[in-house]
Amino acid sequence: MAKILAVGEIAGGVLRKASRETTSVGKKLGDVSTVLIGSGAAAGAAEVAKHGAATVYVGEIATYNGEAYAKAIADIVKGKGYEIVILPHSWIGRDISSRIATLLNTGVVSDATDISMDGDRVKIRKPVYSGKAFVSLKVKSSPQVITIRPNAHPIAESAGAGAVENITVDAGASKAKQVKFEAKSGSRVSLTEADVVVSGGRGIKGPENFPLIEQLADILGAGVGATRAVVDAGWCDHTLQIGQTGQTVSPKLYIAVGISGAIQHMAGMGSSKYIVAINKDPDAPIFKVSTYGIVDDLFNVLPPLKDELKAALGK
Amino acid sequence: MNTLVLIKQVPDTEAKINVAAGKISDAGIKWTISPYDEIALEEAIRMKEKSGGTVTALAVGDDSVQNALRSAFAMGADTAIHVKVDGYQMLDSFGIAKAIATAIEGADYKVILAGRQGSDSDNGQVPLILATLKGWGCVSFAKKVEVSGDKAVIECEADGGEAVYESSLPVVITANAGLNEPRYPSLKGIMASKKKPIESKPVNIGAETKIDVLGFEPPPARPAGRTIDGADAAAKAKELVKALREEIKAI
Repeated sequence: MAKILAVGEIAGGVLRKASRETTSVGKKLGDVSTVLIGSGAAAGAAEVAKHGAATVYVGEIATYNGEAYAKAIADIVKGKGYEIVILPHSWIGRDISSRIATLLNTGVVSDATDISMDGDRVKIRKPVYSGKAFVSLKVKSSPQVITIRPNAHPIAESAGAGAVENITVDAGASKAKQVKFEAKSGSRVSLTEADVVVSGGRGIKGPENFPLIEQLADILGAGVGATRAVVDAGWCDHTLQIGQTGQTVSPKLYIAVGISGAIQHMAGMGSSKYIVAINKDPDAPIFKVSTYGIVDDLFNVLPPLKDELKAALGK
Repeated sequence: MNTLVLIKQVPDTEAKINVAAGKISDAGIKWTISPYDEIALEEAIRMKEKSGGTVTALAVGDDSVQNALRSAFAMGADTAIHVKVDGYQMLDSFGIAKAIATAIEGADYKVILAGRQGSDSDNGQVPLILATLKGWGCVSFAKKVEVSGDKAVIECEADGGEAVYESSLPVVITANAGLNEPRYPSLKGIMASKKKPIESKPVNIGAETKIDVLGFEPPPARPAGRTIDGADAAAKAKELVKALREEIKAI
């Protein structure tokens, strides 16, 4: 069995979903242990053990630092002889995976939507050209460093020993340091972790109508997204942009409201499991990828849709 | 202060990507500077306009990437380096970063700007590998950059919010959308771009490849969907909720 190190994420003692995903994928591929670095990291150890982690490396640090995280993780991989490192393709995973690979003088492949073992190599498949093609890759050097697309891999229960080993994470020697941080997530579920995302496009006509998208999302406990056109027009915060120059999401259900489906937008939501499109233009490209399409004026559809959802969900 | 901008030449984001026999077909593709790299270049030019210094654009690949360097000249780059490699492979980030590191050996760049990811591979690996190889700081997803004295202050999109970083120089910074709005090249810039010399630096990276590319394929077809019919919008809404609950059990 391959010796695998899953990298989790924790902040303020709250374990991120990504930690369960990387640990579950690691368990599927071999013998997995997990590293958790962040504030209140110890609180996550028992949680990742439920997904199969034999050892949980716990590093306490108040402030995120890419250089320090990467060095600490690369040291574990070297010291304990891990053959495969699996990270989430999240903000942190993207910032540290290439650093870890370089410190280990090895290759990295990013954003796997499919992952499997082929002999002693991990074979991944990932979208390229904004999802217009897929490519299959292996790292041929060792160890193998891989990031997996958030929300796109199943979480599985499997009891692991969860033996805690404390590690030191020291940002003292880092060239770049975080000096200020301002949380911006609000009360809603984060876009990349959300099971359901409701997203608005130009069809909503103006900023005064963006609350319609938010209300629909709140009934569903969903994340809120938008197209580039909506963000560029200033109708909502730019952090909500989904697409080629925004975030990539893979929810179970993506509800596209007043979105035509430009290729750049599809790049950010094309790997959603189910897609619902509401648009009055029957020729909108979004209908080509939709599981369900409603051809109608969104302003007529949203009010009854909200009522139906509230009734169905007992809200 | 001298700034280096890493430029990647990619298919235009509107381009249709054809896959044949496990490979991407180049036929009919219009090539352009990767959108995030354009933002990086714009930022370097603005820094020069504000504080002086030079902007050097660098691209890795075969002779065709000289077109991207000409476009960089047209926007306002002063000099250009073509890192010429045989058997360029767009997904071989380690090899590409190593080639860049070799090509800029001994040069005195204080800031290295690049897009947060190429719009072809969507990886975002090369700037981080380069910084780590060189032992430089690297700040990802910048939305504001200030360089003064011997340090850079970078505001960036971070995990769950916005962060401010301070880094010693040299520093590698990756550009996020929102950092700036890239300018269109002026006619004068386009005319001048044709005459400026591109420095060619051949680098052999064959031995450094760490990735096996097994093959490309078209995206998997999505299962056919259906249109929700109904007498009016309310009937359609009702039918949709029923389908979401009973057919796909998504809510």
